[in-house]
Amino acid sequence: MRLSTRLFVMLALAVSVGLATAVSPYASSSPDGLERVAQDQAFVDDGRLHALQKEAPVSDYAFPGIDNPRVATGVAGFAGTLFVFGFGYGLAYVLRRRGSRGADADAGTAAA
Amino acid sequence: MLPSLPIAMHIPDGFLSGGVATILWLLAILAVANALRVANAELDESRVPLLGVLAAFIFAVQMLNFPVAGGTSGHLLGATLAAVLLGPWIACLVMAVVLTTQCFAFADGGVSALGANIVNMGVLGALLAGFLMKALLPLLPKSREAFLGVVAITSWLAVMTGAAATSLQLAISGTVPLGTVLAPMLGVHGLIGVGEAVITVAAVSAVLASRPDLIALGRFPAATPVTAGAAPAGSTP
Repeated sequence: MRLSTRLFVMLALAVSVGLATAVSPYASSSPDGLERVAQDQAFVDDGRLHALQKEAPVSDYAFPGIDNPRVATGVAGFAGTLFVFGFGYGLAYVLRRRGSRGADADAGTAAA
Repeated sequence: MLPSLPIAMHIPDGFLSGGVATILWLLAILAVANALRVANAELDESRVPLLGVLAAFIFAVQMLNFPVAGGTSGHLLGATLAAVLLGPWIACLVMAVVLTTQCFAFADGGVSALGANIVNMGVLGALLAGFLMKALLPLLPKSREAFLGVVAITSWLAVMTGAAATSLQLAISGTVPLGTVLAPMLGVHGLIGVGEAVITVAAVSAVLASRPDLIALGRFPAATPVTAGAAPAGSTP
């Protein structure tokens, strides 16, 4: 089965948004690798939030204004995944190689 | 004291000394600058949406902490996956997009430690994957199994490399002695790396089944001229 690039990207984005929205609220909340070692070796209290992060829009992956913690995490995952998609897409679009060999007419012809 | 400080495998501020954090910021900037240059020279227009969706997938799956032994969890890093699909340098860019968003929008990972997180979770793994895939694949049979085997080993090694680098940086910072931190870090990340390998192999398998030409590091019909022949329906806006 061979998918067009557009269909491939849409399916992959749907899977990503689905995982971040519906599965992330049920992810393990145990301390992760670094946090566990930091607790065991007693340097976890060295950690602190940077001043720039005190006003972070979605602190701790809980979307603000939602009381139910699972819903707050799911909405944070939904919004974050779409934001990252747009960020990556936009950056790649700005950076992409111009003037490819194909016939895609772009601005460049005026210089010739 | 700080009950909700998220340290989702990302180094928070305060763990690294100013000097160590600054050096890693410089290394991250160098890597990202080179990644921008490579993208500008090589990133085909047809791959623009792929970069976006890969960053989205890695962000999403990084939220899915899975349990490993003893009340500890881990999550995907994703550098190997990104490197296999887009090549090592563009993978650095993908990881920088994910980690920068997590830092500033989700307060996950420190601001002064962002350089360290980009290096440890992105650049090191991506470059290691790029090197290992190129070095190992020619030595192996041209089979799907051999390819996925290399992907699995590379994923595991990328996590271990990041854990070792983090331990070293913590030690140089004077936060914890290397002899104390290295063994537990490698121990727990040896398990997390298995999860990394499973998820990366699953994702690469899905791409192999649907669009093998999208895999940058491999011996598959590389970068077919999608613009020329293979874009029949619905791809022109």
